[in-house]
Amino acid sequence: MNAKPMVLPDPVIEFRGVTYRVPLANGHALVSDISFAVHAGETLVLLGRSGSGKTTVLKLTNRLLLPSAGHVLVSDRSTSDWDPIRLRRGIGYVIQEAGLFPHFTVAENVGLVPALENWDAGRIARRVEELLRLVGLDPAEFAARRPRELSGGQRQRVGVARALAADPPILLMDEPFGALDPVTRAELQREFSALARRLGKTIVFVTHDLREALLLASRIALLEAGRIVAVGTPQEFLHIDHPEVQAFTASLATSLVTQPGASP
Amino acid sequence: MTTWSFFLEHRAEIFDTTLEHLTLVVIAMAFAILIGVPLGMFVVQRPALRTLALGIASILQTVPSLALFGFLIPIPFIGGIGRRTAIVALVLYAILPILRNTYVGLTGIDPAVLEAAEAMGMTNAQILWRVRLPLALAVILAGIRTATVITIGVATIAAVIGAGGLGTFIFRGVAMVSDAVILAGAIPAALLAILADLLLGLLERRLKVS
Repeated sequence: MNAKPMVLPDPVIEFRGVTYRVPLANGHALVSDISFAVHAGETLVLLGRSGSGKTTVLKLTNRLLLPSAGHVLVSDRSTSDWDPIRLRRGIGYVIQEAGLFPHFTVAENVGLVPALENWDAGRIARRVEELLRLVGLDPAEFAARRPRELSGGQRQRVGVARALAADPPILLMDEPFGALDPVTRAELQREFSALARRLGKTIVFVTHDLREALLLASRIALLEAGRIVAVGTPQEFLHIDHPEVQAFTASLATSLVTQPGASP
Repeated sequence: MTTWSFFLEHRAEIFDTTLEHLTLVVIAMAFAILIGVPLGMFVVQRPALRTLALGIASILQTVPSLALFGFLIPIPFIGGIGRRTAIVALVLYAILPILRNTYVGLTGIDPAVLEAAEAMGMTNAQILWRVRLPLALAVILAGIRTATVITIGVATIAAVIGAGGLGTFIFRGVAMVSDAVILAGAIPAALLAILADLLLGLLERRLKVS
């Protein structure tokens, strides 16, 4: 199955002229006429300021929202035709505060989707152990802990393990490392970048941090006020002539000056 | 006659009456929980019903308890003189704190947790039973605790309509102008309330998830 020919595969996720308006709030559009495609195994980073519509794009992908106009296709099928439960079980989702269930242990959090999919207990236990190792947590030490007994970085690792649990082909990540201290963040970014390459998942990653985007992306799409204003590989992106790209590039220069130690 | 010697002399009667009181409270609380918690779960997703249910429950609680017992007497089936009427009145009183706390507990959950649950492909029923309800349990129990303490107090008034319980001593004592007799009802009632508050408080702390 992995022996694909070297041609561009069909897009796993495709947005065709998608607009999303907030219902009731006099039609204010959070995203306007967005079109892009994400191919198998690719990491598309959605870059943009707060309120540029990045999170809305993610929520449209797993049908937490339905588009007001246009189509969102996942595996060639419009999200409005998907059973939302089936669609979401095939898409891992990691958010900034991890959103771990506080009343579950780490193992129960990670094993939730497999449990919902009626895996037997032994298979779930093996999978949980495998995943905790994958994200760098010793199962013997962490499996029985509750989320409140973890550091922010550990919680985020559990969040990633949970999203990967049922081996979904797609991962959506909403500023997963945004709330971490700079050192832990850099650590997780490096590890995740290696992990993403190894797992071959199709990933849509939201961030407002250009450095993070450059590190993780196959391609970067820049959002401004609900529209995609620039798309390119990390190499191309820095040379795109657009004011918003330059605004982000300028922020990169500042952060390198002010945080010399954060760069590996 | 001193209070103490009255207590010693009537200790068997005081014990039986306390038990009778406790029975009233336990039966009423069982009904109130069986109505209040499911009702709270039901109205969480239905704003119009929620306003109505909480409104009615609030109004019921503002009716003075003595008047509520009186109102119920002429009503067929649930009314009349005796324990059944008393239990109905106690249930009506106890519902509000339970209903309100069930609703507050179910809605006061970290939005990130609920978003994650939905995004992971949990159905609404799974989110309710596996996420919302376990996380709301401590808050719901706090409502049950408040309701229990109120019910133990209000149940003393049930003696007026012949339902027995510790109110029997209190009303008899008032009629006899005897502090000793009043205290034979009031002290056990107060102790019951304190004990219930302590025990349910311990349980609540155990269930709390930070």
